[in-house]
Amino acid sequence: MSEEIVSELMRAHIYRLASTGQRVDGRGLDQPRKVSVDRAFVKTAEGSARVKLGNTDILVGIKMSVGEPYPDTPNTGVLSTSVELIPMASPTFEAGPPRPDAIELARVVDRGIRESKMVNMERLCITPKEKVWILFIDIHVLDYDGNLFDACSYAAVAALASTVAPAKSQGLGDDFPLPVEHWPVSVTTAKIKELLLVDPSLDEERMADARLTVTTDENGDIRAMQKGLSGSFTYEEVKRIIETAQRVGRDIRPLLQSS
Amino acid sequence: MEDIEHIEKEMKLIGSDGRRLDGRSFDELRPIRIEAGVLRRADGSAYIEWGGNKVLAAVYGPREAHPRHLQDPARALVQCRYNMAPFSVSDRKRPGPDRRSVEISKVISEAFSSVVFKEQFPRTSVDIFIEVLQADAGTRCAGLTAASVALADAGVPMRDLVASCASGKIDGVVCLDLNKDEDNFGDADCPMAIVPRTGDVVLLQMDGHLTYDEFQKAMGLSIDAARRIYEMQRDALRRRYSVTHEDILKESPPTAPVAEERPVTSEEDFGPEGI
Repeated sequence: MSEEIVSELMRAHIYRLASTGQRVDGRGLDQPRKVSVDRAFVKTAEGSARVKLGNTDILVGIKMSVGEPYPDTPNTGVLSTSVELIPMASPTFEAGPPRPDAIELARVVDRGIRESKMVNMERLCITPKEKVWILFIDIHVLDYDGNLFDACSYAAVAALASTVAPAKSQGLGDDFPLPVEHWPVSVTTAKIKELLLVDPSLDEERMADARLTVTTDENGDIRAMQKGLSGSFTYEEVKRIIETAQRVGRDIRPLLQSS
Repeated sequence: MEDIEHIEKEMKLIGSDGRRLDGRSFDELRPIRIEAGVLRRADGSAYIEWGGNKVLAAVYGPREAHPRHLQDPARALVQCRYNMAPFSVSDRKRPGPDRRSVEISKVISEAFSSVVFKEQFPRTSVDIFIEVLQADAGTRCAGLTAASVALADAGVPMRDLVASCASGKIDGVVCLDLNKDEDNFGDADCPMAIVPRTGDVVLLQMDGHLTYDEFQKAMGLSIDAARRIYEMQRDALRRRYSVTHEDILKESPPTAPVAEERPVTSEEDFGPEGI
């Protein structure tokens, strides 16, 4: 995701601004970009959401089908998350099988949703050991302008919240909305030298030394974390990042919940 | 399964009043809306809603062709990738290219190859990406129509825009622009694309069963529709690029100091000492 280079001038400018608490797009260091959510964008999907985080543009569609559970979890539905970094979204994305960065992205988004128990998967069991609902979260990145982790996660959460299971067409009673019980919100912070920037823009992300994604639930509890890139954080920094993630998460959660 | 077969036999696609299931007459297009310049990263982009179709198109380039052995020292490559989102159809489509999308990508690339001034950009490629977000039959025509606007939005020099529309046959009647039910249960489908200024046909496919007369009728409908779509494409570009008087005022508010007009004196021209 980071083959494009940030010019020395831009690097110096970003760093100089950030060291005085400012950013190129006018935000404060701990301020995310504007989030907009457009629900039920795709009618062929059981649920969908188009989310913009600044100029990063994500479309998530949820498809549901009936299948067999995994042998080790015979009483729970199946959740499958995949991300396509389609070449439309950036000059650096190429067609072909998912590369490691797309796989990491999908797994981090999946982890936040799965570990927070956002959807009660046990209620998606139809007949134990035989028939369960399979939930496909397909994430389509349309325009990449930084911080895919949070943008993809917001779109997935908003799409799940608007999903109606097509039970009637499967002969399984009435259609029902997914049993949503928790609200995970992912907040990613980038570290540039000693400075911490929430929701990095494209250029900020490209020059970042380290990255930490923290997913918290509505109680402020941590449900998933992922550190990325080759730099490191001090323990103090990690604590500050988590506190920011809790606070920013509280602001963003209602945007994903409201329908 | 029995139910489906039953429906298939019973399905009447054209009512006794000559109207189709969605109320259209045989030569009527579904509602179309085109918007140019919708993505930030792409060099050019466009979004189209065509009936129940929602399609995005993006263009990158002309840029260095990769891998290098594909480079043509005399001209640019025009490469298209048509892709359907897994959630764009009722049964989830497995991500990635299948044989159908590979074929569609190829014929669309070839359609654009004939209008782009490729000789101006040797060793480069013009990459066109078409993403079908929601499908309702006629996605290749919608994609091609949007991609054409995206190419113009990217400033790629072209002979003309390409406009595209399909016709087909349902219940034995030749009809314009089939929707999903009509496509599934109809007798023939014939997508085409033309260069409106010259009338050249740059894409033509057909499946099903048409007599020669029916084919000519279908082409007549499609060509007429493509000319209407051409106007919508041009309109989308005009809306993107036209500048109104209000825009100019917004860009440079009249508070900027205006140079006073007064006769130039010789003193200003040559200084107080003259030449």
